[in-house]
This record gives sequence, structure tokens and C-alpha cells, in this order.
Amino acid sequence: MIQVRELTKLYGKKQVVENVSVDIQRGQITSFIGPNGAGKSTLLSMVSRLLDADTGEVLIDSTNTKKLKSNEFSKRVSILKQSNYMNVRLTIRELVSFGRFPYSKGRLNDEDEKMVDQSIDYMDLKEMENSYLDELSGGQRQRAFIAMVIAQDTDYILLDEPLNNLDMKHSVQIMKILRRLVDELGKTVVIVLHDINFASVYSDRIVALKNGRVVKDGTTEEIIQSAALKEIYDMDIPIQQMNNCRICVYFNS
Amino acid sequence: MKKRYLIPTLIILSIVSLFVGVSSISVSDLLDFQSEETEIFLISRLPRLVAILLAGAGMSMAGLIMQQLSRNKFVSPTTAGTLDATRLGILVSMLLFANASMLEKMTVAFAFALAGTFLFMQILNRIKFKDAIFIPLVGLMFGNILSSITTFFAYRADVIQNMSAWLQGDFSMIMKGSYELLYISVPVFIIAYLYANRFTVAGMGEDFSKNLGMKYRSVVNIGLVLVALITATVVLTVGIIPFLGLIIPNIVSIFKGDHLQKTLPHTAMLGAIFLLVCDILGRVLIYPYEISISLMVGVIGSFIFLFLLFRRKAYA
Repeated sequence: MIQVRELTKLYGKKQVVENVSVDIQRGQITSFIGPNGAGKSTLLSMVSRLLDADTGEVLIDSTNTKKLKSNEFSKRVSILKQSNYMNVRLTIRELVSFGRFPYSKGRLNDEDEKMVDQSIDYMDLKEMENSYLDELSGGQRQRAFIAMVIAQDTDYILLDEPLNNLDMKHSVQIMKILRRLVDELGKTVVIVLHDINFASVYSDRIVALKNGRVVKDGTTEEIIQSAALKEIYDMDIPIQQMNNCRICVYFNS
Repeated sequence: MKKRYLIPTLIILSIVSLFVGVSSISVSDLLDFQSEETEIFLISRLPRLVAILLAGAGMSMAGLIMQQLSRNKFVSPTTAGTLDATRLGILVSMLLFANASMLEKMTVAFAFALAGTFLFMQILNRIKFKDAIFIPLVGLMFGNILSSITTFFAYRADVIQNMSAWLQGDFSMIMKGSYELLYISVPVFIIAYLYANRFTVAGMGEDFSKNLGMKYRSVVNIGLVLVALITATVVLTVGIIPFLGLIIPNIVSIFKGDHLQKTLPHTAMLGAIFLLVCDILGRVLIYPYEISISLMVGVIGSFIFLFLLFRRKAYA
């Protein structure tokens, strides 16, 4: 379990994240939702130690993350950020191999190679493993990065808006993959999402942020309610039940 | 771009280089250790070859490391002010210590090269508009500012002519006793190779590096130190060789990608080959005179650079 305790982050004098405490359960998908500028990405960056918090602490399985060496930490928590600025020419296999960096520092042993193979197979990238990343479509590239994270073999996988710039088909594909990571491999996934319907259909828990504070924190059924959404987004959003999915019809509200 | 082609090419060109020159030397002359030919061979030809190989490999590797760390294909010692900072350093060492030894010059030049490159990286961090062409332009401007400062003080101190020796790369002056400083780059190559994987990771950005548990800042700093060391030794012994650090890594990247552990040896070899070709051409074209290496590399290199710019959309 990841326990976020009273995290605060200031940019200048502005509090981007204000006294946030959240528990993230193991073996679930937890989505962070909320309007632009709510502090979702900042919070995720602090949990993954990309950013230092001004006050507060993060416990991972009861250990303060600050006490972990960066190498140890990278074996337990991985983070994927939006990577639209990537012009490094690596093949998929080379990229996935770097997922083993915390273990092998680039000198892969047999076990590392096996992990890399498994990850590539799991993401169904075997045929194109020698293609360069800059030759791939957005969806394929995102899958390659997820394969790298699988090879990194962390219990916790954090993703910052992984559906950015993806079309519907690839968005659904990525969300199904994340669901499988949780259901089949027992990973814990934390994800920042913009589209509340993806959050509604695929996550177990939802944490809603607004102006740097947690305004709602609960199971998906508790949060995907017109009243709760009104509080988060200031919009009247009707909810329709379709094939066991709760869909927020926000387009004309 | 395979090793089995690069290595024989390098060996053949090296042999050609040893036997091209004003005084003709044949292999049989070398069997007589007392002959004048053997003396020329050992004092001039062999040092020249070693200097070309080390400088060519070194500048290309320095360029590759800079491109990786700055995440921009058009950053190199030429386009990031490193060369200009080094020259300023040499001037300062000349002004401060009247008869500076090679090692003193080296130390000051290295310090300036490092400071200049570091400053450029700081500027880079502050630029929000990270366009592939815009960043090297900033670097060129930065380099020109440093260059103007150098010229101004060199003019005031009446050492312009002395300085211009470092303006132009030139292998014709390389002789036994004047190039040995270049051997510093050998251990630098080894360290660069050992760090190749870390440089590749750093090339994917700070967040990416941190995710993999790597200390990004220290890896970048080590890279900059290596670049500054190579640049300072090359500029001091040979002079400025433009474009090499720019075009060679780009050519290798097109064929072999950016995984440094795989591309560093290729980059080093291709750099040495390219410089050898330019040097041999420069020696042959207006025989018995010589065209300086920086002119040869400048002319051929700028054409290749333009070609790379035009096909940028295809891969960069």
C-alpha cells in the first residue's frame, strides 16, 4: 500500500498540492481525476520521487520513500510520464532492456534477458522488437514503454496521462492492458486520467482533486455519481448505465 | 556501417597516411633503423597518424556524448561554444603564464571548456522553446560571443597571430614531442565506453533516468567533464576541427540508432576514418603543399551537415 501523508507542494507562493493524504490499495487501479491544474500530475510526481515535496511524506509498504536508495526505489515503483519529446533512436528491444537497468546497470544476464522477452511477448511486440521507436505509431510506442515498465518488474506502476495523443482504439487497448496487469500480474496501477469515462469503466478506486486538494476519494461507484461530479467539475453530469458500465454524459451539460 | 568494413578501411587508410608525403618513404627504408627515412617516419609520420586517429575518434565521441546529454542532434563542441571556450582558456593561460607549459595550458583550457559547456547546458535548461534548430543557433551565438572576447583580448595583448595557430586545425606541425598530450583521450575513451549505458538513459531525460534509479545530474556532469577533456587536448595539440563532432555521430545514428554502447565504437572509428580521408586529400590535392585539415573538414563537413539538415524530418 502507498500511503500519502499530508503532502504539500509550492510553486513560488502558490500551493499546487495542499495537504493531500491518500491511501492507494494494492492490486487495484486507482485513477486520479480532476480539472486542469488540480495538481494530479504534481502529486504523482511526488509519489514517484521525481519531485520533492515541501512537506509531508509518502510511505510505501510502511517504509518512508525518502529512506530508500534511488536504485531500491526504482525496483518497487516505476513511473511513465507523457513522453512526447522523445527523439532517441532506440529499438523496442533496447528500450525494454533498459527496464532492467536498476538490476543490471546495462549488463544483462540470462534472467534479465528472460524478463525482457516475457515483457515483449506480453505486450505483443515480438514481431517489431527491432523497429526503432520513431518508426512506430503512438499506440505502439506507448505499449513499448509499458513493456519496459513490466521488465522493470515493480509492484507499483504510476502513469501520467498515458492516453494523451492516442486515438480511441489505442486508448481502449492501453486501458485493457493496465487492467490485465492488475488482474493477471497482481500489479498496483495509479493513473492520471482526463476522460472520466475511462476512469469509470476501468478503475477500482477514484481520487478526485481540485485546486490542489482531495475533494473525493472512494470506490468508482461512489465517485461516479452526479452529485459527486458536480462537486469536482462544477457541471451537472447525468449518468447512464450501459452494459454494466456507468457512463458520464457530459458533452452537453 | 559494419565493424568488419570499418576496421579494414581504417587500417588501409592508416598505412596510406604513413607513406604519403613530400619525402618518399618505402617499407624497405624502414628496415634500416639509421636511415633518414626511418627518422622522418618516427618523428613526423607516425605521430601524425596517431594524432589524427585520436583526434578524429575523440571529437566524434565528444559530439555523440553532447548530443545525447543535450537531447539534440545538432549540438556538438562546434555548435555549443565548447571550442570557443577552449580557445579563450588558451588565451588566458598565455596571458597569465608567459611561458606556460603544455600542462598548464591544458589545465586552464580544460577548465574553460568545462565551464563553457556547462554554461551552455544551463542556458539549454532555461530555454522553453526546444526546437532542434533553435538550440544549436543559441550555441553558435554563445560561441561567437566567447570568440569575440578572445579576439578582443588577444588584440589588446598583441597575440592575435599566436592565437590563430589554434584557430586552424593543422596536422602538419604535429611531431614527436608535441602531440603526446592527446594520449589523455585514451583513458577518456574507456570511461566513456563504461558510461555508455548511463549516457543513453540520460538521453531520454531526467524523469526517465530517475525512474530507472539513475543519478541523472552526476551522469551529465561526468559526460561534460569527458567532453571538455577531449576538446581541450585536441584544440591544444591539433587546433580546431569543426563539424566532426556534429556529422559523424549523426551518420552513425541513422544507421545504428542511439544505443551508445553499440554506437560508440562505430562513431570513434568513422570519425578517425573521416579525418584520415580529409588529411590524405589535403596532402595530395596541391602536392607538395598542404591544405589545412580544418579547411578540408570544413568544406566536406558543411556539405554533409547541409544534407543532414535537409533530411532532418526523415529521422530527427
